Amino acid sequence: MTLAHPDDELSLVDLLDRLLAGGVVLTGEVTISLAEVDLVHVSLRALISSVSTLAVGPDPGEGDGA
Amino acid sequence: MSLVWVYAVRDGDADDPPAVSGVDGERPRVVAAGTLGAVVGTVADEGFDEAGLAAAMEDLARLEALARAHHAVVVEAGSAGAVAPVRLATVFRDDEAVVAMLRERADEFKAALDRVRGRREWGVKVYADTRAGGDDSPAPAPGDRPGTAYLLRRKADRDRGAAGRERARAVAESVADAAGTHAVDVRRFALQDARLSGRNEEMVLNATFLVDETQEAEFRAAVTGAGDGATVELTGPWPPFSFATADPP
Repeated sequence: MTLAHPDDELSLVDLLDRLLAGGVVLTGEVTISLAEVDLVHVSLRALISSVSTLAVGPDPGEGDGA
Repeated sequence: MSLVWVYAVRDGDADDPPAVSGVDGERPRVVAAGTLGAVVGTVADEGFDEAGLAAAMEDLARLEALARAHHAVVVEAGSAGAVAPVRLATVFRDDEAVVAMLRERADEFKAALDRVRGRREWGVKVYADTRAGGDDSPAPAPGDRPGTAYLLRRKADRDRGAAGRERARAVAESVADAAGTHAVDVRRFALQDARLSGRNEEMVLNATFLVDETQEAEFRAAVTGAGDGATVELTGPWPPFSFATADPP
């Protein structure tokens, strides 16, 4: 097997797996909380859309004349 | 006006807040109640109120900055002892509200601290080529019957795909089993999209384990020795974000 060595910087998606799904959830009248928002869904939407933006490279119509 | 961001809760007599900047560039501090201390930071209400946070969750750069700062403070907060991380984006109106919360949920926090004391979280991800099939010989292709040839080819592709997925799943479970032998608890996350990992192989396991510090060497060795033919990625140690609650979140 290969043991991959992750980059020094923590991968954002690994971080969000834990920070948005884990941790003690505190809610109550005194709290401003986003607990009712589907945080994971929201953040993944942000992630995916950013990745898609990055992935939009050169126009596929160009240089594809073969 | 300002608000109070909560990072984590720990055993509270120590008055040595983490020496790293918080989510608003502030210096974290400790709000104590009884034997518990909440590591908090004073943040501006602008950007950290409900609307501000909701907007931040849709803004990747801001979300990333918040996540990294929150994580860094929790890591520091737990450097000297057990820590129960609090979910990202938990904000109170003032210190009195934090104290009231600590009192109200003291038992729950004490149980959480007991559960993670002397333990750390390790992530294990496995990537495998799910298309890799056993039999790569081409399907028989009767030249005079293109329709049949096509259907046979499709069926062979499908069979290879099923076999590849089955093998990848078996590898994932063997790694999970090997890791679990030396772990106290486990949580599984959704598999990450290949677009996020930037790998050609597909993620087949995205799990995180709570491991006793005395078992870390064995845990790492077990993970390293498992996953024949697959790529295994170990991350951590993490503060016990995924094990701060008794039940899977």
